Amino acid sequence: MAALLLLVACGSKQPAPDTSASLPPAQVDPATAGTITGKVLFDGKAPPMPEIDMSSNPNCERQHKKPQKAEVVEVNSNKTLRNVFVWIKDGLPKARWTPPAQPATLDQRGCVYEPHVLGIMEGQQLEILNDDPVNHNVHAESQINPAWNESQAPRAEHKFKTFNSEEVLFPVTCSVHPWMRSYIGVSPHPFFAVTGDDGSFTLKGVPPGTYTVEAVHEKFGRKQGKLTLAPSGTATLDFTYGS
Amino acid sequence: MAVSAPSPAYHPGLHRWSILLAFCTLLLVVAGGLVTSRDAGLSVPDWPLSYGKLMPPMEGGILYEHGHRMVATTVGLFTIVSLIWLVRVDHRKWLRIVGVVALLAVIAQGVLGGMTVLFLLPWWISTSHACLAQLFFSMTVAMALFTSNWWLRGPRQIDEDDRYPIRFLSLLAPVFVLTQLALGAAARHKAIGSIYHISWSPVVTGMILWVSLRILLHYSENKELRLASMMLLAITFCQVFLGIAAFMSRIAYADAVQPMPVMVTFTVLHVAVGALTMAASVALAILVRRNVPAAAPDFVAGRAPVVS
Repeated sequence: MAALLLLVACGSKQPAPDTSASLPPAQVDPATAGTITGKVLFDGKAPPMPEIDMSSNPNCERQHKKPQKAEVVEVNSNKTLRNVFVWIKDGLPKARWTPPAQPATLDQRGCVYEPHVLGIMEGQQLEILNDDPVNHNVHAESQINPAWNESQAPRAEHKFKTFNSEEVLFPVTCSVHPWMRSYIGVSPHPFFAVTGDDGSFTLKGVPPGTYTVEAVHEKFGRKQGKLTLAPSGTATLDFTYGS
Repeated sequence: MAVSAPSPAYHPGLHRWSILLAFCTLLLVVAGGLVTSRDAGLSVPDWPLSYGKLMPPMEGGILYEHGHRMVATTVGLFTIVSLIWLVRVDHRKWLRIVGVVALLAVIAQGVLGGMTVLFLLPWWISTSHACLAQLFFSMTVAMALFTSNWWLRGPRQIDEDDRYPIRFLSLLAPVFVLTQLALGAAARHKAIGSIYHISWSPVVTGMILWVSLRILLHYSENKELRLASMMLLAITFCQVFLGIAAFMSRIAYADAVQPMPVMVTFTVLHVAVGALTMAASVALAILVRRNVPAAAPDFVAGRAPVVS
């Protein structure tokens, strides 16, 4: 048993070191900052999403007037793809970006996560709410940041968590309700977005430079594109996924 | 004059209790299979309590995870009772040792179960937990066998046919089955692809066929061996089809957003019948080792008469 415990101790992951602390603070000249914008298009027939069976917990089922559908692939009416995490993967000068003071929010409401895909900065707080009348467990299945799994009672106090290392994307799941799944992208800088019901993204206040922009979708994976942003300019980059 | 040890007495209560323990352990294997198949392994993040309580609300995945813990606690208590009963009424020292090993195994199993929850299902702890479950079930089946009146009546020995040796071969079958169970558990806990489990299945099936058919063809005059090998064959036959069904259902529901009942049913049945396969192969090996004695090296010509 002692050997087993030793193995566990050796095998357990150490917290990822915060490497950004030694970097100089990031500075963006507002006079030259520009904007990167674009759309994430979907080419092909949108796959039908299955209905979620919430009958295992009637308290979940009762909160919806009609059956909920899975959010794995959500194609908008303008043939764009929703819930794609878009961020500047490469090209920014190495610097320490200050995370926003306000936390990002992950809510559990109607036994689904809201939002389905969430962007957050390294060091920014994640506020987790349980607005449901049922117990949930929140399991951050991160690989680089330390993973954790905690219970949250109905309408309990909010939980606050932070992730200190870049990691795009990892799932957050609930094993009480196995259909519940959201994704979090942890970015070292503030230049990220998640596509919504028009499939577009906008990254504002970006310093001029040449960048690799990456789109990440939970099912269709990663796509990258390169662009050059002129001082005070606007650069456009579209991504296309297909079924 | 040599004095032979007295034959141990038959205790029907102890035997029935041992059968009950084995049956509850099979239920425990089913409960554990449900936890994994329902993705409910982390629905209760704390251990040994559940949501800080002895009895949390049994909703969603908590029903499976906490239900598994309740059955496990029952099996643990039953194992303690078995050991106490054995110590009180059964004078076979080796059987008491089996009882102690079973108790240690069920304690280790509980600790492994707790650790896999606290450390977020590391594959090697979860796989060890799954394998020890199968071994513990085989142990309980063996205890039921050892406490039976049928066992206590003594062996019905048959000579080993030099052309078709069976004593060593019979030991290989449970080793091969355990390997297959470990590969299946590792695949279920995402340590390896299911291709290894699938690839080993014809090997382990071939080994079981080899052992069982050798017994049926060359040792069938011994009723115990005949029945045990037929039982192992029948269970393996079911297991192969359940394995195919479990695999097909996983392919069919690969894109499902939650565990689908058909997939869960076939997978859990496959796990449970896997435990039965393991136990049947262990029981067959025990019976072979008991009923087919090793030939004395300087006593080849004279063979003991066959008692059937």
